[in-house]
Amino acid sequence: MAEAHGIRIEGLRKRYGSGDTAVDALKEVDMAVAPGEVVGLIGPSGSGKSTLLKCLGAVIEPTGGRMTLGDQVIYDGAWKIRDLRAMRRDKIGFIFQAPYLIPFLDVTDNIALLPMLAGQPNAEARKRALELLEALDVAHRAKAMPSQLSGGEQQRVSIARALVNRPPVVLADEPTAPLDSERALAVIRILNRMAEQYQTAIIVVTHDEKIIPTFRRIYHIRDGRTEEEAGEGRPF
Amino acid sequence: MISLAGRDILHSWGKFVFTGMGLGLLIGVTLTMAGVYRGMVDDARVLLDNSGADLWVVQQGTLGPYAESSSINDDTYRAVLAMPGVAAAANVTYLTMQIRQGNRDVRAMVVGIAPGGAGTPGRPARLVAGRQITRSHYEAVADVATGFRLGDSIRIRRNLYTVVGLTRRMVSSSGDPMVFVPLRDAQEAQFLKDNDAIVEQRRRTGANPAFARPGVPDLLDAVIASQSTNPYVNAVLVRIRAGALPEEVAEPIRRWKRLQVYTRAQMEEILIGKLIATSSKQIGMFLVILAIVSAAIIAFIIYTLTLGKIREIAVLKLIGTRNRTIAGMIMQQAVGLGLIGFAVGKIAATFWAPVFPKYVLLEPADSVRGFVIVVVICILASSVAIRAALKVDPAEAIGG
Ligand SMILES: Nc1ncnc2c1ncn2[C@@H]1O[C@H](COP(=O)(O)OP(=O)(O)OP(=O)(O)O)[C@@H](O)[C@H]1O
Ligand SMILES: [Mg+2]
Repeated sequence: MAEAHGIRIEGLRKRYGSGDTAVDALKEVDMAVAPGEVVGLIGPSGSGKSTLLKCLGAVIEPTGGRMTLGDQVIYDGAWKIRDLRAMRRDKIGFIFQAPYLIPFLDVTDNIALLPMLAGQPNAEARKRALELLEALDVAHRAKAMPSQLSGGEQQRVSIARALVNRPPVVLADEPTAPLDSERALAVIRILNRMAEQYQTAIIVVTHDEKIIPTFRRIYHIRDGRTEEEAGEGRPF
Repeated sequence: MISLAGRDILHSWGKFVFTGMGLGLLIGVTLTMAGVYRGMVDDARVLLDNSGADLWVVQQGTLGPYAESSSINDDTYRAVLAMPGVAAAANVTYLTMQIRQGNRDVRAMVVGIAPGGAGTPGRPARLVAGRQITRSHYEAVADVATGFRLGDSIRIRRNLYTVVGLTRRMVSSSGDPMVFVPLRDAQEAQFLKDNDAIVEQRRRTGANPAFARPGVPDLLDAVIASQSTNPYVNAVLVRIRAGALPEEVAEPIRRWKRLQVYTRAQMEEILIGKLIATSSKQIGMFLVILAIVSAAIIAFIIYTLTLGKIREIAVLKLIGTRNRTIAGMIMQQAVGLGLIGFAVGKIAATFWAPVFPKYVLLEPADSVRGFVIVVVICILASSVAIRAALKVDPAEAIGG
């Protein structure tokens, strides 16, 4: 599978509602993220960041434009994929501002649940979960329940969950907001390492001044339109 | 795949066990209500079994002797005995009353049984202690449920009786324990007036010129004697010869003796279809209401538990969990709650049933039926929560 581009968005539009109350949240969004690349998406409140993630995550339907994940066109004026749920499961990893782990599953099963949902045997799924936990330095908490973890550990577990199905795309919405700068940078480090290791295209939506300088490329979204900028690419 | 429902129950087992216990007590009440009904039916059957009769001969036009009062002359049994196919026939009286023992009162059914050896219809077939009545007066055989013991002195009307034997599960159709006494005593007890009334009646009879004839001095004595004896019984219990058909024996008695005769099947129909019909409808209503209440409680609990997991459900949907899996999780939780409730209810009912004043018969078949109903109710009740869960938008997990 030649994945020339991890994510490509062309002329994406999203209008909420209709008539007098219609809101054009996305007017003209163009973005491209290569496999193994981590880009920042920043913009003022109400500029359409969450709307963009929801469109990419196939939980709301855009009004127009084109989206490509890997080598697959998922949207081109209409959904091009029948089973959006399976697509989310197999192609997209989600990281949220809060970790949103499933409270009644232990750390391993929180991660292993995704491969299990995709039909993998339990043992295989848990093995993959453990590998990731080791890579993220939380293997020693594998049997703990989410409520027994620190905020930073929870966030790392949720990163592991986003990566466990080796999705070509990861969407992170304010993943570092509750963390101090040390931990925030650690998360960025992990995301970059994972992007490289699994050739994942990662979009990080953020307001966080601590991490913005680390991106090499940044998309600025203002009033539903994107502009590409070079970032500082500061080492972390 | 792991069981999401099972994990959730294990994780918050305290919540599940406590709500399950509350639900369980309700299910226990439901099972007990069913047991009360079964107990009533069983009491009726036991009453018929214990009478040792194949046919009941009662007053014409009545549903006696249990469902209606019936009165026939106490020499009728001789005529019945002479009918074809009759092996044994014996008088019997039934009278429900309060019996005094020491300083307590026991509600019991006093059964007057004819003298005669084993096999006389009406006599208790088996005793758990003591002996049968051998004297023709002032001996009694009581059911253990009365609380009487061998040698106790009990008062029925004005007379004292000695308890000489004890039976078990000899009860009336309303569950009152039986006390057997000699027929003559029972006839007297049914008819007995207090001393003042007897004196008064004698005075009136004596003052009646129609009876107090100077030329016929014995007439007054004979009239007074006939006034103070009771030549009536409630029924004649008949045992038919081996091989005879009940209906074939009953028919000639009906025709020639102008009496009502019921077979065992008809008697059961009267007791269960008429005597306890209202009570069983009452219990049926209770069962329906309890089922609705249980369903409402399960629906409410599962709905609340699901609302508490909206965020997790949104995340599960976002990461690709199918609706089927989510609905299954909620339904399994409802069924799990029902199982806990059923187990608690079954145990509770088994524990408290013996303490009930009336016989509570917990039939295994009823438990199985109850179990199936609980599971069905749980599945139906979870539909409200499932609908709420399926409406959750996965976009909520991403937030604003
Ligand atoms: N469901 C909706 N219905 C109507 N309008 C909406 C809806 N969701 C968002 N909007 C509007 O679309 C615009 C973009 O919203 P969005 O949530 O994408 O902003 P955002 O960049 O994520 O802001 P923030 O940084 O505050 O989270 C806003 O004007 C918002 O009011
Ligand atoms: Mg937002």
